[in-house]
Amino acid sequence: MLVGFGLLMLYPLIWMLGASFKENEFIFTEVSPIPNPVTLENYEQGWEGSGIGFGTFFLNSTIVAVLSVLGNMMACSLAGFAFARMEFRGRRIFFALMLATLMLPQHVLLVPQYILFAELGWVNSFLPLVIPKFLAVDAFFVFLMVQFLRGLPRELDQAAKVDGAGPWQTYWRIILPLTMPALATTAIFTFIWTWNDFLGPILYLQDPRLYTVPLGLNAFLDASGDSAWGPMFAMAVLSLGPLFGFFLAGQKYLTSGIATTGLKG
Amino acid sequence: MTTTERAQGGESQPSRSGDAPAQAPRKPVPALSAKSLRRAVRREKIAPYLFLTPWLIGFFVITLGPMLYSFYLSFTDFSLLGAAEWVGLDNYIRMFTADPKYMDSVRVTLVYVFVSVPLQLAFALLLALVLNRGLRGLPIYRSIYYLPSLIGASVAIAVLWRQMFGKNGLVNQVLSWFGIVGESWIGNPDTALGTLIVLNVWTFGSPMVIFLAALRQVPEYLYEAAAVDGVSKWKAFWHITLPMLTPVVLFNLILQLIGAFQAFTPAYVVSGGTGGPVNSTLFYTLYLYQRGFTNFEMGYASAMAWVLFFFIAAVTAINFWLSKYWVHYDD
Repeated sequence: MLVGFGLLMLYPLIWMLGASFKENEFIFTEVSPIPNPVTLENYEQGWEGSGIGFGTFFLNSTIVAVLSVLGNMMACSLAGFAFARMEFRGRRIFFALMLATLMLPQHVLLVPQYILFAELGWVNSFLPLVIPKFLAVDAFFVFLMVQFLRGLPRELDQAAKVDGAGPWQTYWRIILPLTMPALATTAIFTFIWTWNDFLGPILYLQDPRLYTVPLGLNAFLDASGDSAWGPMFAMAVLSLGPLFGFFLAGQKYLTSGIATTGLKG
Repeated sequence: MTTTERAQGGESQPSRSGDAPAQAPRKPVPALSAKSLRRAVRREKIAPYLFLTPWLIGFFVITLGPMLYSFYLSFTDFSLLGAAEWVGLDNYIRMFTADPKYMDSVRVTLVYVFVSVPLQLAFALLLALVLNRGLRGLPIYRSIYYLPSLIGASVAIAVLWRQMFGKNGLVNQVLSWFGIVGESWIGNPDTALGTLIVLNVWTFGSPMVIFLAALRQVPEYLYEAAAVDGVSKWKAFWHITLPMLTPVVLFNLILQLIGAFQAFTPAYVVSGGTGGPVNSTLFYTLYLYQRGFTNFEMGYASAMAWVLFFFIAAVTAINFWLSKYWVHYDD
């Protein structure tokens, strides 16, 4: 029964994968996912897209996702270390404020951030999507790091301090290697979120040459209406590819990450 | 900066001074002059702020500043060009009295949230309970059920949904086996929202994983004690499992409600950005986007965002308040 229900749940995905190898006429007549005859035409046609090819979109998505991952890993781990392990004036207040930003819906910031980035001349560039990550704006991951660090024995830092290590060395040599699981969770979730993100790119990327994959797919759908499902499915399948990769590689971190913080995929 | 530099300038010298006990037994810390001590103390004080600098800039420039600005904008008329014009409460009044499309978006969002979230959590809890009975291959099942919540908000899935629930889509093909000739589910204002509700229910995997983790925390001795007392399995579930799970139910409920209120991508892609047919998929955030970034009514969009914020905060607060009647906390 569990197998049956699981299959039913995944059926749309399996069917889409099959349909991406079908000739267009069969997509609307076959419930079976098995393509017969198999064709790669959808992939060739879809890759060309409408005008600008998906090669560009995939490159753009990769740039944005990789930079976002780097930014979040660096900035959130630095902030997390400060909150969890250092004494300073205003720590309690800043920590409370950080937690408060967790609950703030991003839509409240949508308009003013757009105005800010427009003033800076950043619209139509990747900067509005990437720079905030280097400034630890995703409080989720700061919180994740703090929670993780609280589980590490304090004796570690104290021993390092006695041995003459400054805060930077303690962080770089002792703490950072030990927080690998939390960093991995941060990296995986950041990748998935930025790879899927639609609202950010649709606000800031107007030039089709800068489109990320989701924008490319949406534009493709707009351009070809309901007439080119085959190529559309082919590109949809490709766009999910990296997500599946991360999903398979990082399952351990994903499920433990969700279980500890309630992050949604 | 290298290790030695740090250690020399740093505040802790004991290991170093121990190197030369033969020559200067009476002067164990000669290197620690008043000046370097001051420097070390200062560094100790400054270091936390250096670690925190990115976050501090982000907080003030990208979060707090824009937040205050948005609050101000919500009382103005502003189109990006020219100056913002103060209009007092006009935006808020207009929303509730003179904008029927706004009320449509509120209704659509409320239906979406309060139908899809309970269903999603029910599925999540049910599957977690079934999976928790210790059957083989749990990690595989968990992954299978979790997968949709990973990709549910992507454009690719919205594209798939648009085909599946279209006139000649997968769903109608299956229905045709039973002699039912279906119309487009997405083109019909009565069913379009339903397809998006199905999509959200489909992503029950992430709350399910949280339920699973919580089920493992229920102490085994409770069940053992119950078994000794001859309590039936059903009663044990009702009086042990469920109460022990209530804190996590609350947690999932709040998390998923907040997420559902802010859903955007599926509605945008499935309706082609219009929220149609006849506003039936006009999610609050989609309408906010249209007002702010299609019509460039930045003041009105900001006011809408603040109403959403207060609404979400109110729903969350009500849930916490209600929780004392049904959530069981361990003593």
